[in-house]
Amino acid sequence: MTTLLDNVFNGFALGAVYALVALGFVIIFKASGVMNFAHGSLLLLGGYLTAVLHDDLGFAGALAVSVLVTAAVAGAMDRFLLQAGGADPHTAHVQTIVTIGVDILVLTDLSRRIGGDLLSLGDPWGDAVSGLGPVTVADSRIAAIVVSTVVIAGVFALFRYTSWGLSLRAAAEDVEAASLMGVRLTRVRMLAWCLAGALAALAAVFLAAFPAPGLERTTGQIALKAFPAAILGGMASPPGALAGSLLIGMTEALVAGYQSELHVLGEGFGDVAPYAVMVLVLLVRPTGLFGGKAAVRV
Amino acid sequence: MSERLSRTRAVRVGWTSAAVVVLCALPFYLDAFWLRIGLFSMAAAVGAMGLGLLSGTAGQLSLGHAFFLAVGAYGYVWLAGEPGPGLPTGVAAVLAVLLAGTAGGLFSPVAGRVRGVYLGVATLALVFLGHHVLLTADSVTGGFNGRSVPPLELGGLSFSADPGLTVLGVPFGAEERLWYLGLALFAITWFTARGLLRGRSGRALVALRDSETAAAVMGVDVSRHRSAAFVVSSMYAGLAGVLLALSFRRVVPDYFGLVLSVDYLAMIVIGGLGSVAGAAAGAVFVTALPLLMTRYADQLPLVAAPGTTDGTVGPTEAARYLYGAAIVLILLFAPDGLHGLVRRLRTRLGRRRTAPPPANATSPTPSPAPDARAKEPTP
Repeated sequence: MTTLLDNVFNGFALGAVYALVALGFVIIFKASGVMNFAHGSLLLLGGYLTAVLHDDLGFAGALAVSVLVTAAVAGAMDRFLLQAGGADPHTAHVQTIVTIGVDILVLTDLSRRIGGDLLSLGDPWGDAVSGLGPVTVADSRIAAIVVSTVVIAGVFALFRYTSWGLSLRAAAEDVEAASLMGVRLTRVRMLAWCLAGALAALAAVFLAAFPAPGLERTTGQIALKAFPAAILGGMASPPGALAGSLLIGMTEALVAGYQSELHVLGEGFGDVAPYAVMVLVLLVRPTGLFGGKAAVRV
Repeated sequence: MSERLSRTRAVRVGWTSAAVVVLCALPFYLDAFWLRIGLFSMAAAVGAMGLGLLSGTAGQLSLGHAFFLAVGAYGYVWLAGEPGPGLPTGVAAVLAVLLAGTAGGLFSPVAGRVRGVYLGVATLALVFLGHHVLLTADSVTGGFNGRSVPPLELGGLSFSADPGLTVLGVPFGAEERLWYLGLALFAITWFTARGLLRGRSGRALVALRDSETAAAVMGVDVSRHRSAAFVVSSMYAGLAGVLLALSFRRVVPDYFGLVLSVDYLAMIVIGGLGSVAGAAAGAVFVTALPLLMTRYADQLPLVAAPGTTDGTVGPTEAARYLYGAAIVLILLFAPDGLHGLVRRLRTRLGRRRTAPPPANATSPTPSPAPDARAKEPTP
């Protein structure tokens, strides 16, 4: 019973962190129709900045700077590289491949800097644990859940109550109509990228915190697991991304937790279980769990 | 007009035969290092042409190419080797290609229905799941350390260095023999891919890419064509996998990771989406660049010798910077890739050559427009 609770809690915490990343994907996809393959390197950039700055600025200062810088980098990437060919939504798949090129560049540079090291982010939770009823949980995981919940609620409030959120939803619905109504697509898009970058930098902190050993050059690959999360929910639906993230987090934690019973599937199956779940869901629903059936007008 | 057409055809045939002669003569002059670069490039080109059919022509983004390469490579090793059925190597190679096609076919319930970016991520799953299987299914794949590859034997000729062979005074080792195998397979895939693209099914795929609804209305069976493109592309990948395995002589799981898939995507983007020649050119660029930079690291500015770890830029990293930048720059400034650049250059040169000599200096510059329009219908 305790094992089950343990695993469920871990899954919830993982899901909360994945949700930060997956929400970023979905925001970008909604705003620009681009699948951002550079999200992993944005996340790594955020983590790396926090790691190198926390000695001088303290953890909070370093995190603030890294969130801002990552947001700026994401925004600049969209504005100067992706939108350079015009904001024409029909070129979205070309822009998707541009993000792969950017990913190669940023990832190569960061891997070269990080090398084989494990960087500490200097987070205040360290390896402390607390008892929560019958289970013992890491403080960093509690922090992950709390921070993610607050931030995600904030993002949804942005969608719902600000004029930017309204513009974003309008642009996602119908680009031309939104543009005719005076929505400045360029800026709405760029802000969406900034927001996604900020979320990725924040997620990096929790992905590198205890019980993970620290920030390594492969940390960015974790962002790839948010792909299944976003796809499961149906790319264009933020609530779907949350549900998908929780499902992915739970799957991963449960498969890893009950590994001894599942040894038929091989060691380390927990790492790839999210992908297996995604393929199974896509077989049944090709546009994800929450994705609507696309109607095409000719 | 027809005279000019037949002349261009004659010129093209001339160039092609010249290229074939040069390629066939190369093993007599180059050493093993260059031949190995050539081999890897040819193998990559075979795979890239397959991906080009899928992503460039049918407009389906696939990040699962590494998986199908792995199926081809490991399929051959297992079928021809011990442990495994130990089939004759030629049969094993053919079966490995079919196996990769079957793997693509098994994925077609997903590939036929899932579109665009969704398919990209779904195929991402194949790479990770495949890598996991390669690591854990020890008895078939040899686990983390991989397996050594039995050399191919066709009609008594072994594609390895073992029974020594001298042709016209040049000793023919494994590289020289594999070069001709690679060349033959490259030619076969080149012509089949072009045939597919220019034929009925190629037009159906292009129609699908441009507008699915319109294609369906015109009578194109959407999900059948999409699955078929996926299967054909997996078979090309399987063939490339076999060729790669033969050139590497050892297969390891870590080679067939996501990076490899991205490399193949980079090849077709750099070469120009939807063009067979472009895919081949991109394959040569992406494959040869890191190898060349490693070899000539000490002569290049800003690049440290391989093995230094003091945070300087090593040759592999330098190569990755270059082709990351190449992807971004090409898509920004020449979205049709190397293929488009060459075509534009050729049009410009051709125009200059065929432009009439100015009769008198006062006449306005001859407008190139009618000439360009006359060229347009030429396929």
